Amino acid sequence: MKLSQGIRMAWHSVSKQKMRTLLTVLGIMIGIASVTIMVAIGNGTAEQVKSQMQGLGTNMLTANVVGRGSVTSITLDDAQQLTDIEGVEAYAPNITGNVTAKYKTSTYNASVQATTPSFADIREYTVAEGRFIKDIDGAFSQKVAVVGSEIVSELNMSDPVGQKISLNGASYKIIGVLESKGSSSAGSNDNVVIIPIQTARVALKTDAIRTIYVQVEDSDKVDYVQQMLEFNLQRFFRNDENAYTVFNQDDLLETITSVSTSMSTMLTYVAAISLLVGGIGIMNMMLTSVTERTKEIGIRKSLGAKQRDILFQFLVEAAMIGGLGGLVGVIVGSAGSKFAGRLMDSPAAPSVDIMALALIFSMGVGVLFGFLPARRASKLNPVDALRQ
Amino acid sequence: MSKREQTPLIRLENIYKKYTLAGETFNALDNVSLTVNKGDFMAIIGPSGSGKSTLMNVLGCLDQPSSGKYFLDGEEVEELSENKLAVIRNTKIGFIFQSFHLLPKLKAIDNVELPLIYRGMSSSERRQQAKEALEKVGLGDKLHHVPNQLSGGQQQRVAIARALAGIPPLLLADEPTGALDSKTSRDVMGLLQDLNEEGNTIVLITHDPNVAAQAKRVVRIQDGKLTEERVEAS
Ligand SMILES: Nc1ncnc2c1ncn2[C@@H]1O[C@H](COP(=O)(O)OP(=O)(O)O)[C@@H](O)[C@H]1O
Ligand SMILES: [Mg+2]
Repeated sequence: MKLSQGIRMAWHSVSKQKMRTLLTVLGIMIGIASVTIMVAIGNGTAEQVKSQMQGLGTNMLTANVVGRGSVTSITLDDAQQLTDIEGVEAYAPNITGNVTAKYKTSTYNASVQATTPSFADIREYTVAEGRFIKDIDGAFSQKVAVVGSEIVSELNMSDPVGQKISLNGASYKIIGVLESKGSSSAGSNDNVVIIPIQTARVALKTDAIRTIYVQVEDSDKVDYVQQMLEFNLQRFFRNDENAYTVFNQDDLLETITSVSTSMSTMLTYVAAISLLVGGIGIMNMMLTSVTERTKEIGIRKSLGAKQRDILFQFLVEAAMIGGLGGLVGVIVGSAGSKFAGRLMDSPAAPSVDIMALALIFSMGVGVLFGFLPARRASKLNPVDALRQ
Repeated sequence: MSKREQTPLIRLENIYKKYTLAGETFNALDNVSLTVNKGDFMAIIGPSGSGKSTLMNVLGCLDQPSSGKYFLDGEEVEELSENKLAVIRNTKIGFIFQSFHLLPKLKAIDNVELPLIYRGMSSSERRQQAKEALEKVGLGDKLHHVPNQLSGGQQQRVAIARALAGIPPLLLADEPTGALDSKTSRDVMGLLQDLNEEGNTIVLITHDPNVAAQAKRVVRIQDGKLTEERVEAS
């Protein structure tokens, strides 16, 4: 018997018992659908986090002064000494704060980064118009600002470079506009006003540096630089290890990767269990079906069906039932992924690989769990089967 | 009547079929020897429980005898594999059962095609041959009816068409009129007689002497033993 004939025969009998088939494939369907959705969400989230992290810059360490103990902040000179380590490509001390930005009649709650010129390279900001802050701006405590695109639009500025805006009442001259970087769940990258760190006291009423961004020359040296930086900080804070933290972006990336790896391992188990349960359902249905169709099997055998014809017929049927469950599961799953993606505002993309795999696996489960019933059917004695 | 050359289609030699019930062994077929020639129309008659169906199952290669030799169309059937027996059923025998044994969910034409499917015939060839068989039994206008849209007599005609479709050398009918009323029975018997006229070899099992009377040859079975009753009479 040919495969096409077997498929037609199987479809005929499967489609004649829709309700039973539906109930049987429900387990596989739900399993496949939920795994598809969860994998999509997992992938989407991991991608999102990764792209955010890459937005922060590569090979980067962040030293934070937590602010406990007797010394709660550092000075520009301290920052320079602490980061005087072989392998450091650039560093940028940083003071952050929120200010009310005003331009003409518009106001906006803006996020300010008071820092040095290397900040642009480290955090991967590029200037779209005008220029970035320079050392000389800092040296002369020039009240100049580079603004993000969101500031420009929120303050309704048409030709921002050269205009003056007020930051908490202090007047700053705009010398540049940043290229848009888009937003992440951490907030908008474009709501930013960058000013020379020496003028932080003017706009932010503080000159206490609590953050240093450190860029390392290449990834091999990150660990060494991190150790040295920690060593320097430890000495600076007189062995008070609670006074500071050093955050390595690569560590976080690694953590996320391992979390998503263990999540997909777990999802694989979930999928395996749901396929197992679904497979048992198929076996149950096929056993019932063989019992009910004993006479049909007898008739077919009397007409010349060989054992392998009967085996084949029931195997194709089981594979079809499994495949149908997988197919509906994949359809429901990809619709669900899109829906979940929209709900969570994350790019939850259903993966084609996973869907193809799910389909193949559910057909395989059908064949595997259909084998015993199919074999039983093929071994039926035609005389006994016909007597039913 | 001119004597034509008689080649045996069936030769049974000392066939026994033993069954064991409640520890006691008895012979459902007891030393049965029988020769059926090509073109014969033979009735096997006997009361219920006499061994008719057992004999039919052996003749139809659905069951193997406990001992004895069986030659069908020149080939010894004994000790053949399941596969080989399936091929013999498919190519050499057309079954007609008392309760029709049609697949209820298949249309008439699909039922008739079944033996041809297991022969690996192409689908267009199959269709054609099945259609011809149904036309032959007078159901050319009922190709796409499912069994329960047909009367008992029509269903048995579909079953006869299915038996004929593969053009087997032997038609085996087990009480083919047992489930039919007397008028329909006559129609079906008429059809079988026509088929025999055309050269088909038919072995028919019945407990009804009126049905047996329409066969060319009658053998009687009683407690598994076979006796010749009438040859080429009337
Ligand atoms: N599978 C079986 N196991 C035991 N006894 C059987 C079996 N099949 C038939 N018999 C017995 O063999 C005898 C002949 O049965 P059967 O050929 O069906 O008779 P008939 O068709 O003439 O009514 C009966 O006594 C029946 O009970
Ligand atoms: Mg009987």
